[in-house]
Amino acid sequence: MITESLLQAEQAVRRDIVPAGDYYMKVVKAGQTLRILDLEGNQAADTLFYNANDPSERYSAMDTIREQGSVYLTAGTKLLSNDGNTLMEITADTCGRHDTLGGACATESNTVRYSLEKKCMHACRDSWLLAVAENPQFGLSKRDITHNINFFMNVPVTKEGGLTFEDGISGAGKYVEMKAAMDVIVLLSNCPQLNNPCNAYNPTPVEMLVWNEV
Amino acid sequence: MQHNSSSPSRIENAIYEEHIPGASHWSLVVPAGHLLTVTDLEGGANASMLFYNPTNLLERYNAPDTLKGQHTFKLTQGHCLYSDMGRIFCSIVSDDTGWVDSVGGVANKQKVQDKWGTRDYQHDHNNWLQNGYDSLLVEVAKYGLGKRDLAANINIFSKVVSDDQGDLTFVESHSKAGDSVGLRFEMDTLVIISTCPHPMNPSNEYPNLPVQLSLSKAAPVEIDDQCANLCGENTRGFENNRRYQCQHGHTHTVGA
Repeated sequence: MITESLLQAEQAVRRDIVPAGDYYMKVVKAGQTLRILDLEGNQAADTLFYNANDPSERYSAMDTIREQGSVYLTAGTKLLSNDGNTLMEITADTCGRHDTLGGACATESNTVRYSLEKKCMHACRDSWLLAVAENPQFGLSKRDITHNINFFMNVPVTKEGGLTFEDGISGAGKYVEMKAAMDVIVLLSNCPQLNNPCNAYNPTPVEMLVWNEV
Repeated sequence: MQHNSSSPSRIENAIYEEHIPGASHWSLVVPAGHLLTVTDLEGGANASMLFYNPTNLLERYNAPDTLKGQHTFKLTQGHCLYSDMGRIFCSIVSDDTGWVDSVGGVANKQKVQDKWGTRDYQHDHNNWLQNGYDSLLVEVAKYGLGKRDLAANINIFSKVVSDDQGDLTFVESHSKAGDSVGLRFEMDTLVIISTCPHPMNPSNEYPNLPVQLSLSKAAPVEIDDQCANLCGENTRGFENNRRYQCQHGHTHTVGA
């Protein structure tokens, strides 16, 4: 569902550019709104969320899609935790559909998906592992790297049970916005994948904007 | 507790068979080259399962890698279940039901209470309304794992379909009495199982339904094996296992 935001970039309290292949790991406070902006288009933003006060509570793809009764995420979707609480609610979305089944790329899964020789290409899960190592204050490790959201990614599911990775439906300037229902650690990998159309074979930056509650 | 089902067909050369009641949990390490057959004894059962590498518990079943690698939303005969390390825990070598749920997850205590009532051990004893989340949590704790380690599970005997808009529907009466799913293990695997009901099951009564587990030696993986040849991804997955197994002295690989 396409829903525009009324928030103005000039009013944001924090703005960060995340280069292609890099990560973002910051706390968004309860009541704040986070926008992920696809600056150049067709960029996958692989994202995990944790309760900042107890990171063993984290985003759960299964709970989120089951409770909303739909596999795609868009405006109105409540991003639920493994405890069934709302971490974030998507409040605006100019893309229309986001994936939470496809997961994140990893060097190991690249060997399976593409070729054993691709194993040393940069991947999202490496970015996350670096993020948790460089941010020990959050107390996270590999066991916390779970099943994520792929903002701006299009992974259609069919009635017959098929699933495909298709060219992104995002474009330059498209965004998704979400309001934090609790203090949330946002861990994003700006996807470095070069082997499939999720980034149009050309990873580009995203911008993270945060607004205080009005 | 009484079960009136007829005896399921016995698995040839079973090393052992065991009965797991409904609303229960159990675990076992299945060695590479063994077949675990799970049978729905009465029809309508659910078996939520998770998989870990017993020698490196950080390696665990990864739903997204399993689904995207095989371009599938459903899991059934021919598919492999992958770890997050690019290896195959097990291959689904048979599936009488034609569909294993990949996304429904498990119900927690609150969800079971909302659907079927309060969990009350004093009154109900082991017929209590146990929930799948607590059930898996208790079982993984036996291996030093906890809430942070509970990844997305599969639900054998359950079917959840998505329409073109992405809307999900639980398909009732999917599994019949006697239906079984055969998992052939391609590496040593810690298998965690809960028989608590599927969270989307609309039944008015809490479905308390047992399964049977049967462990046997698997037939060798032939060169034309359905799972290993389903797609190029699986061929490469089996090659990753072959490279891993040689570190561990196993010979359970394609054509071995």
